[in-house]
Amino acid sequence: MLDVGRHPNIELRAYTEVEKVAGESGNFTVTLRKKARYVDEAKCTGCGACVEKCPTLVPDAFNEGLGNRKAIYSWFAQGIPSTHTIDVEACRVFSGKKCGICQKTCQADAVDFEQQDQLLELDIGAIVVATGYDVFDPGRIPEYRYNDLDNVVTAIEFERLLSASGPTGGHLDRPSDRAISAEIEDLKKQLKKASRLLANQEKKFEEKSPDFYAKYSAGAYPDDTERDKWAEQYEAQLKLQDKIEVLESKAAGFSTAKKLAFIQCVGSRDHRFYPFCSGYCCMHSIKEAIIAHEHDPETQTTIYGMDIRAVGKGFEEYKVRGGNNSNIEYKRSRIAEILEDKEHNPILVYEDTKTGHIKRDHFDLVVLATACAPNTNNRQLADILGIEISRFGFFKTSTANPIDSSRPGIFICGCSHSPIDIPESVAQASSAAARAVQSLRTADKAGKAVNM
Amino acid sequence: MNKDNKNRKQEEPRVGVFICDCGSNIAGHIDCPGITEYAATLPGVVFTRENLYSCSEGGISEIKKAIQENDLERVVVASCSPRTHQPLFSSSCGEAGLNPYLFEMVNIRDQCSWVHMQDREKGTEKAKDLVRMGVAKSKNLEPQEDIESSLVNSALVIGGGVAGLSAAQSLSGMGLKVFLAEKDTELGGNLRFLNRLGPEDLDAREYIDTIIDSVANDPDITVYLEAEVQTVGGYIGNYDLSLKTREGETVEHKVGCLVVATGAVPWKPEGLYGYDGQTVISQMELEQRLKAEDFQAKKVVMIQCVGARDEHRAYCSRICCLTAVKNAVLIKQQDPEAEVHILYRDMQMYGTDKEQLLWDARAMGINFHVYDPARKPVVENRQVTFDHSLLGREISLNADQVVLSTPLVAREDSSRISQMLRVPTDQNKFFLEAHAKLRPLDFAADGIFVCGSARYPATVDEARSQGTGAASRVATILFKDKLISSAIVAAINPETCVGCMGCMDVCPYQAIDFDPEKNICFVNNILCKGCGNCASTCPSESVQLRGYKPKQLMAQIRAAA
Repeated sequence: MLDVGRHPNIELRAYTEVEKVAGESGNFTVTLRKKARYVDEAKCTGCGACVEKCPTLVPDAFNEGLGNRKAIYSWFAQGIPSTHTIDVEACRVFSGKKCGICQKTCQADAVDFEQQDQLLELDIGAIVVATGYDVFDPGRIPEYRYNDLDNVVTAIEFERLLSASGPTGGHLDRPSDRAISAEIEDLKKQLKKASRLLANQEKKFEEKSPDFYAKYSAGAYPDDTERDKWAEQYEAQLKLQDKIEVLESKAAGFSTAKKLAFIQCVGSRDHRFYPFCSGYCCMHSIKEAIIAHEHDPETQTTIYGMDIRAVGKGFEEYKVRGGNNSNIEYKRSRIAEILEDKEHNPILVYEDTKTGHIKRDHFDLVVLATACAPNTNNRQLADILGIEISRFGFFKTSTANPIDSSRPGIFICGCSHSPIDIPESVAQASSAAARAVQSLRTADKAGKAVNM
Repeated sequence: MNKDNKNRKQEEPRVGVFICDCGSNIAGHIDCPGITEYAATLPGVVFTRENLYSCSEGGISEIKKAIQENDLERVVVASCSPRTHQPLFSSSCGEAGLNPYLFEMVNIRDQCSWVHMQDREKGTEKAKDLVRMGVAKSKNLEPQEDIESSLVNSALVIGGGVAGLSAAQSLSGMGLKVFLAEKDTELGGNLRFLNRLGPEDLDAREYIDTIIDSVANDPDITVYLEAEVQTVGGYIGNYDLSLKTREGETVEHKVGCLVVATGAVPWKPEGLYGYDGQTVISQMELEQRLKAEDFQAKKVVMIQCVGARDEHRAYCSRICCLTAVKNAVLIKQQDPEAEVHILYRDMQMYGTDKEQLLWDARAMGINFHVYDPARKPVVENRQVTFDHSLLGREISLNADQVVLSTPLVAREDSSRISQMLRVPTDQNKFFLEAHAKLRPLDFAADGIFVCGSARYPATVDEARSQGTGAASRVATILFKDKLISSAIVAAINPETCVGCMGCMDVCPYQAIDFDPEKNICFVNNILCKGCGNCASTCPSESVQLRGYKPKQLMAQIRAAA
C-alpha cells in the first residue's frame, strides 16, 4: 500500500467512483466522481488532531462496529492516502448544529465544509477491475441466530477481536461480556449523576440521605412534595447501586473465550445463498484458531466443515500442524442450528457423521466463516464498463484468457474475478498489469496502421 | 554536486538537525522544543529547526533552504519511520546539492512518542539520546553514489508448458525479446496429454495448439526444442546463458531476466492398490484413454489422495479432485448406465466453477464416499473395500476399472535447475518463492521468477495467469533504461581479506564469490542487498557495509553512553 502511495507513476484517486466509460481499448474516456471529503487532500497531513477533538462518536466500520470512531476519520490508522474524511451522516455541522471544532483545530487549514463532488475526465488506455467482494451477511441464515446471539461472530469480527490494535487489544473478550461491562460503565455514569442530585438535596436540607430516608419511610413527612422527590431520587440511586452490584458480581466471573468453534461454509456451498465454495475460508479459520492458541495456550478449537479445503502451497501441512500443535479438532459436519444457554454460551446442534447421533456442543464463542459474496455493485459496474457477469455474480473471464473480461482492454483480478486467496490474487494482479500493457501496445500498433 | 569538504578538512562537518512535531503525533507526547534546543548544543550542530511537519512541502523546502544557506554537510531528521520517509528526505538532500547518503534519520515517533506516551519526561530524554546518537553517526557518514548497471532487454523462459508459453507470449506482447528453452521434442507440456478442459469443456489439444501457434509464429520469440540450459552466469539485468540445442550445438545468449516454468509430472502409483496400468490405472492414464475414446468400463471406482497427504508427500496436489470429477462426469456423459464412485478425504473443489462441477456430478448420480486415511481402501479381485466414514460400516464396491488419483510431483531435474540458478526449492522440491503471499512469482534473488506447476500444482487457468504474471514481474525490471540500486552494499578490503569464506556462508543472496587466484573474497554489488551478515561475521573487519561501517556504528554507540 505504501509502495503504491509513493510510486511516481501511480496517481491514487481514493474515495472516487467510476461513472462512465466511453471509447475502446487503448482509448477509453473515463468519467470519475471524486466524492467530497470536506477535507482538502493537498493540505491535510493526516496528523489526526481533528479526530482527537471531534465530539461525535460513530460505530467504527473498520472494526466491524465493535469499537467507535469519530465523525471525521481515516478508515484505519495506516490508510493510504492519510487524508481524513468527514462523515456527512454523523457530522454535527452537516445536521445544522454548531460545531466546526475540527476546522478550528486543523493547523493545516484543510477542513472545508463547502467542498463539492468533482467530476473528472481521464484518457485511459486499459482498465483493471479489482473491486473485491462483499462479506456475506450471516443474519440471513435463520438457524444460526447471528443477529440474536452475542457470542456468535463473523470471521472478520473475530479478526478484529484478535487484533492487537483492535477494540479489545487482542484479548478474546466475549461480546456478551463486553456488553455487560459497557452497561456497568453506563450505570456508573448514571450513579454519578444521581449522587450529584442527592448531594444537592443533602446540602439543601442539611441531612444525610439515609438518615432522611429512614424518617421518611416511617412517615415523618406527609404532604411534603419536595421531600417526596428527594426520597424518589434516593430510591433510584439505591436501585442503581443494586443493579451495578449484581452486574459486577457477574462480571467478576468473566474470562476470555477459550473454547472456540468455527462453522465453515456459512452462505457458501448452500443453494439458498451461494452455491460456490469461497475458497479461502477454511484457511482463515485455521489461521485464526492458531493465532488464538498462540495468544492463549488454553484455547481449544473445533472446526466444523464439510471438507477442509487446504489446497494451496503449504496449506495442508499448516492444517495438520494446527491440529497437532494448536489444539484444533476438525469435525466433518454441517451445523443444523445454534442455541444459547443462560451464560450466553452458544450451543451447536449437529449430526455426528461418524455415529449418526445428534449432538450438542457448548462453546464460549462461535465464529462463522462467512461466504465471499460478489460485490453488490458488480452489476452496476458491469453496466458502466460494458462487461459481462458470470452466473455466480463475479465478472466473467474464460479459461483461454483467465484475466480478460468480455470487453477488450478491461481486465479482472482478485475476488472480483472469483473467490481466491492472497497468493493467487497477487499473481492475477501482476497478470492483469501485463495484459494491460499488451493491450496498449496492440491498440497502438492498430492505431498506427490506420494512420498509415 | 557533492560537497567534498576539502577546504575544511580538519574541521568537523557542519550538521543541521530537524525535529518534526508530526502535528501532535510527536509533539503531543514529548517536548519537541526542548529536544530542538538540546540538539543545538551538540558538537558539530550548526543549525536546528523544529517543523510542524518535516515531510510537508513547506518542511522539505525549509530543509533544502537550510542546506544551501548554512552550508550544511550532514542532515539529521528526527521524525517518524525511515521505512516510510527516508527516501523522501534523502532525495530532498540530493536536490539541494548534498549527497543523499549524508542524511541520517532518527525515529522519535515509533521509538519515543508512541511507545512512551504515558511518560513525557522519559520519552523526551530518550529522544535526546537518539538525536545525539544520530548526530554522532552522521558526522562519520561518507558520500556515496547509487550503483547503476545496464539491462539487457530480453528474457529466458525455461519450460514450454502452458505457464512458460503464456509468459513468453506476454513478454513478447510487451515488446521484449524472448528465448524459450524446452527440453522435450515439442511444446505444450502436460496439456498435450489432457483431454477436456475447464467449465467451457474445451479440447485441451486445441487449446494449447492455439497458444503454441502464436508463440511459434512470433518473430520476437526464439524457441529451442530438446534444449537444455547448461550454465547461467551473471546477475539481474545481465545473465549469460549457454544452451545445448537439439543439434548438439552450444548457443550463448545474454538476457536480463529468467522465468522458471518447468512444470511438474504426474506421479506413478507403482506398488499401490494393485496398480497394473490395466484394470488399476492412474487418473492421467484414464484421461488418455478417454481422449483416445478407448474406455468402456461400467463400474468405475476412483481413489483420491493416492501418494498425497501422507507421510511421504504431505502436500495436497490441488488439481486431482477436479480432474477426477471432470473425468467421472465424462464417463457418465458417454454412458449414463455406468456406475462411478469417488472415494475421497476432502473434495477440493474450491472456487466457483469447480464446486459447480461437483454439484453437477452429484446430480448425475456419481457417488462420493469419504474414507479414513488411517484405514486405506483395499483393492482385491476387482473389488474395492473400505470403511465408509459416514455410514460407519465397511462397504465393498465392484469395479471393472479402478482409477488412482495421484499428485503432481516436482521434476527430477528441479534440483539441477535450482543449483544452476541458485534459487531454493521447498521440502517437496517445488521451487520456493520469495514470499508465499506477497511475492508468489518472485524468487528472493532479483531478476528470476517462477510460475505454474514448477511452483506448486496449478490448474490450466492458474498456470496461464501465473505465466502472464511472471512476465509482468520481468517487465517491471526490463522496462527501465538501467538498474539503479542503493550504494548501501558490503565491500571487502582485498589487503586484509584472508579468504576464509566465512562471509560467503552467511550471505543469503549469494552475492559473495571467492577469487582463487588472489585467495580473497569479493562482493557483487548488484546482488548485495546490504543486510550486513557478512560484515558482522568477518573476523578481520575486512568486510564493511557502507553506511554502517564500524567507525560509524561505534560513534553512534559511544554517543549513547
